[in-house]
Formats: sequence, structure tokens, C-alpha cells
Amino acid sequence: MSGIHVATTINGDAVEFVCHPTETLLDVLRDRLGLTGAKEGCSSGDCGACSVTVDGRLVCSCLVLGAEAEGRAVTTVEGLAVNGALHPLQSKFIEHAALQCGICTPGFLVAAKALLDRNPDPTEEQIRYALAGNLCRCTGYDKIVRAVGAAAKQISKQRG
Amino acid sequence: MTLDTKFTNQEFKVVGTRPPRPDGTDKVTGRARYGADASAPGQLVGLVLRSPHAHAKIKKIDTSKAEALKGVKAVITSADLPDLTKGDRGMLDILENCMARGRALYDGHAVAAVAAIDTATARKALKLIKVDYQVLPHVTDVDEAMKPNAPIVQPHVRTVGADPKAEKASNVAQISQFGHGDVDAGFARADVVVERSYKTEQTHQGYIEPHACLASMGPDGQGELWVTTQGHFTFRNICANLLGIDIAKLKVTSSEIGGGFGGKTHVWVEPVALALSRKANRPVKVVMSRDEVFRATGPTSSTSVDVKIGATRDGRITAASATLRYQDGAFPGIWGMLGAMTAFACYDLENVKTVGYDVLVNRPKVTAYRAPSAPMAAFGVESTVDLLAAKLGMAPIDFRIRNAAKEGTRASYGPTYGPIGIGPTLAAAKSHPHMKAPLGKNQGRGMACGFWFNFGGQTCTDLNIGVDGTVSLTVGTVDVGGSRASLSLIAAEELGIPYERVRCTIADTASLGHNDTTEGSRGTFSSGMATIFAARNAIDVMRERAAKTWEIDAAEVEWKDGKAVAVGAAHSNLAPLSLEELAAKSPRTGGPIAGHNEVVADGAGVSFATHICDVEVDPETGKTQVVRYTVIQDAGKAIHPDYVEGQFQGGAAQGIGWALNEEYVYGADGRLQNAGFLDYRIPVCSDLPFIDTQILEIPNPNHPYGVRGVGETSIVPPLAAIANAVSNAAGVRMTHIPMSPPRILKAINNAKLNLAAG
Repeated sequence: MSGIHVATTINGDAVEFVCHPTETLLDVLRDRLGLTGAKEGCSSGDCGACSVTVDGRLVCSCLVLGAEAEGRAVTTVEGLAVNGALHPLQSKFIEHAALQCGICTPGFLVAAKALLDRNPDPTEEQIRYALAGNLCRCTGYDKIVRAVGAAAKQISKQRG
Repeated sequence: MTLDTKFTNQEFKVVGTRPPRPDGTDKVTGRARYGADASAPGQLVGLVLRSPHAHAKIKKIDTSKAEALKGVKAVITSADLPDLTKGDRGMLDILENCMARGRALYDGHAVAAVAAIDTATARKALKLIKVDYQVLPHVTDVDEAMKPNAPIVQPHVRTVGADPKAEKASNVAQISQFGHGDVDAGFARADVVVERSYKTEQTHQGYIEPHACLASMGPDGQGELWVTTQGHFTFRNICANLLGIDIAKLKVTSSEIGGGFGGKTHVWVEPVALALSRKANRPVKVVMSRDEVFRATGPTSSTSVDVKIGATRDGRITAASATLRYQDGAFPGIWGMLGAMTAFACYDLENVKTVGYDVLVNRPKVTAYRAPSAPMAAFGVESTVDLLAAKLGMAPIDFRIRNAAKEGTRASYGPTYGPIGIGPTLAAAKSHPHMKAPLGKNQGRGMACGFWFNFGGQTCTDLNIGVDGTVSLTVGTVDVGGSRASLSLIAAEELGIPYERVRCTIADTASLGHNDTTEGSRGTFSSGMATIFAARNAIDVMRERAAKTWEIDAAEVEWKDGKAVAVGAAHSNLAPLSLEELAAKSPRTGGPIAGHNEVVADGAGVSFATHICDVEVDPETGKTQVVRYTVIQDAGKAIHPDYVEGQFQGGAAQGIGWALNEEYVYGADGRLQNAGFLDYRIPVCSDLPFIDTQILEIPNPNHPYGVRGVGETSIVPPLAAIANAVSNAAGVRMTHIPMSPPRILKAINNAKLNLAAG
């Protein structure tokens, strides 16, 4: 099986890699590029632990082929903190104890950021439906929903 | 007095606060490394071939074509895992579960494994392995498996606890009886008796992180294992035993763990990964797929339970009995026994009897799932309690308060209780605003109580003080949900320093003495106890250093608010020496300052909870929505309340999934039909309301800070609380879990038919 050369942007950096036609974007991120923040929970798009954005659109990276990243901009959990400063979602997740084991946290953060990017002031119901594609087995989602709401408030305050 | 475990009733400075967890930043930035996140130079990919049959004789396995495939470095079968267990049947069961020996015992049972240079090659190799199966009759239902003509799962098994002694093979692996008094006399005295039968389907812990490990065995007989586990010391001992490795020569490191809930207390693929690595002479990484997690790890039992309770007209229970049939999967376990022990633990009973059956079926080996076995027993008991209260015309809460266990009650499973929280949780429930809130159309309210034993166990902790006065706390209990934060709080409290000056790390097996697995809600209880003693040990060292500096007797030095203080008027000229000052001087006063503790942390206080739940049932579709949920539980002492609440909420959410949706569905062919998160649906964010919590603190007298484990009890009441709520909302008694929409619709329609016919 010959490899495909792919030139893409990941978390703002120009990245090139060679992958097999059958490899998923998740495989490439984790196994070829060492970006293990996105997790594999199911490989069928049911758990959302592998959530990333591609050109700003939220996707399960286990359902995207690595080759499809050509010419696109991919953002993973590793790209949320800028210059060492945590994104408000990241700080609020810690402050509100919105994680226990933490395996689902990268996916939740990426999905929550995608929500706040398009809806800066979501209701509880909107948060719950926007995150319904991400499974968490530890928290019962209570503190996650609160953390996302708190982050939305902080972001809007920062914007003034 | 350093090892005095008695509750001290002290005022706390940092314990009980809610600082950020030390592993928080790693976990929100993607830097934390879980089971599948490690790599080693030259590593291979390991994959497992699994039986497609529920029960089959393995006549022959031909691996020659797979071995010949380019890029394949090792192929193993049970022949590569010889029996070194020296007659220990329990260990042989573990080995046989890791790799079938002559017979595949369930759909998903491992029969061979390969290690290859990449996933694609390993997949190809699996397809080239030819297994010649002779399919055998199978049984997957617990009641069917107990019938005399059922296919026998394990021909060597004779029922333990049978009277007369069992001589023939049986699927009943064990019969366990508990109780006291005379139930027949008690029932004879009752004015009202209710008797019902209940069923629950099999569920999985459903942790989001599949099992994963990186195994490396060298030709020198030394090995390393990086693995997601709740107990790396236990994994080390079992893997070493099964593979014939010296315990000290196998170093096991626990990765960050992406959820366990009991399912990662047990080895599944780890001995196989080590065997592959040994054969290939290369590191081998094995990551289970979600399909494998469902089919081939350890879900909890499906059950069939009969409950009978009798009471006098004034609401006092006179007798209670239960028969509990739990399936163990294909290997004997203690799950029916635990069900029989926990069933009536919430109540003060003069006459009680429970009989638990552990039953073998052709399903994966059952392992612990959060308060294992207690939720199903509580479902039967708490449903029957509601029925009985209704017959007596009493409010369910009042009937429970009237019969609740208290200090001095002889528990149905044997011991006599010390101070316990069942009464206080019930009192808190009665006065909770939730209990009085109005209900809407098609809504119903339910409540239920729950119990779990909790566990202590072997624990070993080091506490090292750096020359800058910061503290490295090294523990051996895997952090499954925030225990590094709570243990850091405890060290800071004991030493009298800020939380931020403590860093807690989970040691690998080469760096600390044995620690039992993080199970039985023991992490914060037992490592907390060992941390207190290790800190007191370090304080003794610091008192001696201060005494040496001052040239006085160590007995004249006290530790107060993070400082050594010379006691008495004679020493009033001596300025206290802080931990920082003593640490800075330490190279010249005797070297590093450290505290250590090894302990069997006995005295884990029992735990009780009461849950209240409101649901809305759609009579057209049978769909249930949980609209309000309240958890009230005794924590003994909440070290870090955020993570205590998190345990309460998480257990309730798992219980909601179990009650309403989750179940293993087996076809007539004995194959699991829903081995994925699409068809085995766990609750998602939009399924749930906020889950309110109320932490009660009835100190455990056997822990210096009064701590009780909090992790498990929260999953015990939900099945019953929700069943009671659904039954009240739908007007029919639900006796089969999960109460999926088709089951609820069927119950509603049957009730209508009965009404029409009646």
C-alpha cells in the first residue's frame, strides 16, 4: 500500500505527513504526529473522545481520513491553550471539577469551543444538546455543563 | 501514637476546601498520558483473535500461514501460556480467561494473538489463523443455566456450599447464605406480606478508555508493563505468576486511567501482551477495540431475584428473605454472594435470610462494577419495600425511617454496626425540598436506599521533603477520580503547609511497596490514612532535627502550624523552626527528611445513601425522562467536596443508564448483538438533568479524619429509585431492568388488558 503525501495545518503549524489511504485522521494525529490528546474511545463516531475541528467544523477524527486533511486547518485539544495561557474553557473545567478520569475531556473541550464559537451565550439546554455527541462516564455531565456555562460568561466578560 | 487510627475530631484548615486538582492542567491540555498514549522504540502492534461462538471445542489452531506473513513477529496460542499455577484453580481461571485452553467459553473469548510491525499486517495475520471449532450447546440466561438439563459451562465445577455435598458438575458454582433469626416465625407474625420477582439485564462499566498496555519482555527475563489499570501492583503479581517471572523483575507503571469502575481491577489482555513481547523480543502495544471491551472484558451480572418482606400493620418489618441468582459469566465469582450480603443491609431486622447463587453461563467473565452486586439486590428489595409501604398505607420514606438500621443493629450479613448514615440520609431526604415539590402530568417520584461495605487493604506511602520545603507525596493507589488532590490536602493538613506545596505522584511498582488495587472505594480512605501516618513520621524526624539544632530533648518539641516549637518557659527564647527552615538545614542535620508508612488500612466505614428521583414517562412511546434527581450520602468526611459530589453524580448517572437503557443483548446463537456505544447506549448530556447532591458527614470512628469511601454507594439506589418513580408515573409496577421504552409500553398495555379482562 503506497502512502499519500498530505500537507495541512495543525494548531496553526504547517505540517506534512505520509499516510496510508485507510488511515484515519485520528491514527495520523496519534501515531504519526505524536498528538495523543485526541483519544480513541470507539472508532465509530459514537463517543466523541477524538473530537477535533477541521476548518472550524467539529468532527470525530476517527471518521475522517488522514488524507482528507490536505489543505485544511485542523485544531486539536493541544491547540486550545495559546502561549501557555489556558483557554477559559480549560480553566473553568479545572475550577468546576468538570473532569474525573479526564479521558473524555479533550473531546468535550473541543466540542464546547465549537459551540461557544458559534453561540457565545448558550442556554443549559443548548449546551446539553451541543455536547450530546461526547460521552462521559464519570461525571453525570453536571459539572461539565456548569463549567461550559461559566466559561461562556467569562469569555463574554473579557470581550466586554 | 503515630499509628492511632481513631477519629480525632480536629478542626481542619485545608481539608474540606476545593482547590484545583494537581493533574488538571495535564488533562485539559492533552498532555496527560493514558494507556494507549505511550510508545517504545521498535514497538509492535498486538491483536487478539476471538471466538465467534458462545461455546465451542477448539479442535485445532493452525497459525502457520500467519507466522509466514511478512512483518509478523509472533503468534501465540494457549500453548505459549503454559499452566504454571501449581493447582491454584483461581489463577488457572484467570489464565484460561486470557486465552482459551481447548474450549472457547463465550463469544469474544481469546483464542490466539499476533504481534506485527503495524496494524494492517496484524489484521491480515489474524485472518490467516485457521481455528477448527466444534460448536457446543450454550446457555446465556441465568435461570436457564440453573435448570438440570442446561449445557454445562465448566465440567470441573462442583457447587460450593451445597447441602448435601455436590458430586455432579453444575452451573451453580456457589451457594451462599446469610441472615439471622427465624424468618418463618417472622412471616407468621406479619399482618402484610409482599413477595415479588425481579430481573436485571447485564451491563458494562462503560469506561470511555478501552484497555491498553505496552509490554516489554527482554531475553534477560526482566520486563516492563505500562498499562491502564486500577491496581498495577496486583497486575504485576498476577502477570508474574501466570508467566513465571520473578515479581521484582516485572516493573508495572499505571498510566492515567480513563475510567475503570471495577472493570480495570482485573487482567484481560496484559498477560497476552507480555507473552507476545517475550516471543517477539520486542515491545508490544495492545489496545482493545470497543467491540472487544464489550465482548471480552468483565461486565456485571444479569440477575434474577425473589424478595419477600412481611410487616405488622404499624409498619415494622417482621421478616425479610431473598433468593438472588447472579450470573458470573464463564468463571466462578462471588457476585451472588455479595448480592446476598448487601440485600437487606439498610434495615434493622429481627428475622432475615438471603441465599445467593453464583451461576455460570456462556458470557464473559463477570468482574466488579461499582458496588458490585448491590444495585440489583437493592432493586428487588427497595421495590418490594415500596409495595409493602403502599399496602400499609404508609409513605415510603416513613416506612423506611421506621425500619432503618442504626448504631448497634446487627447487619443482615453478620457484623454489628457502629455509627452509620442510613438514618441521617433518610431524615435529610424527608426534609429535602425535592420530596415536597409538585409533580407534573405523567410524572412520578421514587426513592430508594443503598449500602456498600467499603474496603481498606494494604497500603504503602512515602512522603519526601525537598530542601526548599516542598513535599513529594508518593502513593501506590491509582487515582481514578481526583485522589491526588484529596491526598495532597491531607498531607498539607497534617504538615501544616499550603496545599500548593505538595505534589502527589502515583509510583510504579519498583518505587514503592505493595498497594492493593483501587477498589472498594479505598483510594482516599486508605492512602489518606497512610499519608497521615507518613506525615506524622516525617514530623517526628523534623522534631528530632529541631531538638538537635536547639540541643534539647525531642520530647520538648511540638509540631504546630507547620513549625517545630520548643515547649515550656525554659525554651521561650527559642524561635520556632518552620518546615522550610528545617528542610533547608537538612543536609547538615542528618540528611533528607522523609516519612513512610506501610499499613493494612482496616476499619473502612460502611456507607449509606438515599436517592430521590422524579421521572416523566411518555405513555405513547414508553420513553422515560429523568426530570429531577437528588443524591444524599454519608461521606464520613469530605476531603475535597467537589470530587465527592462528582462521585455521587457519576454513580447516579450510571445507575440511570442501567435503569433505563443499558443491556447486553444476546442472540439465540449466544453472540452479543450490541457491542458498541451506538447500540449499547449510555446516558448522554441531553438525557440528564443536573444531579443535586447533599453530603452528610457522620465520621468513621476508625479513620483519623473520619473518612469513609464514597465512590460506590451512589450506584446502589438508582435502579430501585427510578423503578419506583416509573411505576408511580406509569401506574404499573416495573420489575425488569432496564425499563426501556418497549418494556414500559408492554407493561402499560398489559395492565390495560388486565383491567379490560378483569
